[in-house]
Amino acid sequence: MSLICVVIAVLPLIFLVTYILIKGGAQITPELFTLEPNPPGDDLDAGGINPALIGTLIITTIASIIAIPVGVGGGIYLAEYSKGGPFSRFIRFGVNVLAGVPSIIAGVFIYALIVSTKILFGSMYSGLAGGMALSILMLPTVIKTTDEGLKLVPNELRYASLGVGASMYTTILNITLPSAFRSIATGVVLGIARAAGETAPLIFTALFSYYYITGFGDLFYEMGSLAVLIYNFALEPYDAQNKLAWAASFILVLSILSVNIFSRILAAFTEKTKRV
Amino acid sequence: MEEKLALFKNRKRFGIEKNIDVIFKNTALVLSSFVAILLLGIVLVVFFQSFESFSRYGLKFLVTSEWNPVKDEYGAFTAIYGTLITSFLSLLITIPLGVGTAIFITEDFVPKVFREIIGSFVELLAAIPSVVLGLWAIFVMEPFFRDFFVFLHNFFGWVPLFSTEPTGRNSLLAILILVVMLLPIVTSIARDSLNQVPKKLRNASYGIGASRWKTIFSVILPAALSGIMAGVLLALGRAMGETMAVTMIIGNSNAFSWSLLSPGYTISSMLANQFGEADGSQVSSLFYAAFVLMILSLVVNIFAQLLVKKFSLKY
Repeated sequence: MSLICVVIAVLPLIFLVTYILIKGGAQITPELFTLEPNPPGDDLDAGGINPALIGTLIITTIASIIAIPVGVGGGIYLAEYSKGGPFSRFIRFGVNVLAGVPSIIAGVFIYALIVSTKILFGSMYSGLAGGMALSILMLPTVIKTTDEGLKLVPNELRYASLGVGASMYTTILNITLPSAFRSIATGVVLGIARAAGETAPLIFTALFSYYYITGFGDLFYEMGSLAVLIYNFALEPYDAQNKLAWAASFILVLSILSVNIFSRILAAFTEKTKRV
Repeated sequence: MEEKLALFKNRKRFGIEKNIDVIFKNTALVLSSFVAILLLGIVLVVFFQSFESFSRYGLKFLVTSEWNPVKDEYGAFTAIYGTLITSFLSLLITIPLGVGTAIFITEDFVPKVFREIIGSFVELLAAIPSVVLGLWAIFVMEPFFRDFFVFLHNFFGWVPLFSTEPTGRNSLLAILILVVMLLPIVTSIARDSLNQVPKKLRNASYGIGASRWKTIFSVILPAALSGIMAGVLLALGRAMGETMAVTMIIGNSNAFSWSLLSPGYTISSMLANQFGEADGSQVSSLFYAAFVLMILSLVVNIFAQLLVKKFSLKY
């Protein structure tokens, strides 16, 4: 009986992954990586996904630049300084609640705060705003993994460091953080991979763009991303655009899955070689 | 000796080092408070933006389904109903499948290698972006189920839920794609809670002569119930907030219908569809809808957290 559940549950999933990989993989050509997408409609050739690919990289990088320092700093406070009082309990609770906030709400929030107020030097929809929306989604993951990674570091290391006269910040920066580095890095990378596939926060913050990203100034304008490209082009009635959406899905899924598998292997490897 | 003591006396920290230490601690404190500020900021910003609509329509907004930018009449009942019905029905399908799969993974029906492969495969699926699931739903799932929906309508048309002719994109497809999305969450949390049940409970049950299935249903599952419930609640929160896959397949129509075979709306798909080109009081009404969604998912999430906290130390 349980086997029936597994079959019903797992078969569509296997079908789903293989379908994406086969259907998407068939669309992959070298030009895909270098061309701009053509506006849907008139011509049959859909072009490539270069701007969206670069855009995803840029937006995720912006999100990481915001979320990693804040998240690691917050995690350090929770794990190293707080003594389990009401404040830290409240923050931990808040982290969990923030993790459950629907991703589209993050987009709505950034729209109200940044896009509609034109606070970023008069630009409305921008890659920067999109990155900020994504950073809200990354933040809870980063804090949680830092907090949990640091808690696994044995206390003896801290005592030894403080005992030889190191100050608290030296101990954290030179002893505890490096020894928790691998578990924190794994969690952070998984968080980044998840953010790279998020669409809802981007559709009205970064919007979409058909054009090459040429310079730094493009950060303040609409920016394409793989996820939004898939959304827009899946709903187009033209076959060429749909194929482009499949190709973008292939690249997105393949990179996210390989990051996931790689970090899993790394985590398993770490567990085996851990010595405390 | 005196010289050594003098040296020892000198071994105190420089002022600058002490200052760095204090600054470092306070920076970390500020960064961690950022979470609270952000959470509060999100609630306040969405609330104040929805204020105009809130004061104009009040609670009537929640129960009327007129959505007419021309006449400036807004009511989100269709979207709220859609959000609730899709998430609850998808959960109803997911729970038995997910828990069943979790039982299969935690029991020793097949060698450990196979179980681990199935387990990590299901978990990897949680990483697939929902927009890709939406794409798959449009081009693969919809054609696959088309005939089945016609069959449903022909034979169960007297049930209000199947009372209309099936359309290309409809609520039932949204429910099915949500099942695919929620399955990994429910399965992995159910598996973790089942694994946490102490072995001695199982051995005691076998010891008094209970069969394997008797043990699973009367001992193991009840013991893991609170963990599974928390997982189900988290999945419910995800289902209500899920945007992309649902938006792409639900058909996006504000006309209210009891039937699952007609196009529908959820709050998040309404936001995704209209936010970009809305202006005037429509924006405020969309913020109102977003506020409703946020409150719904916050309540579910906080409830899940409390449940986890309350029961996690039971064994």
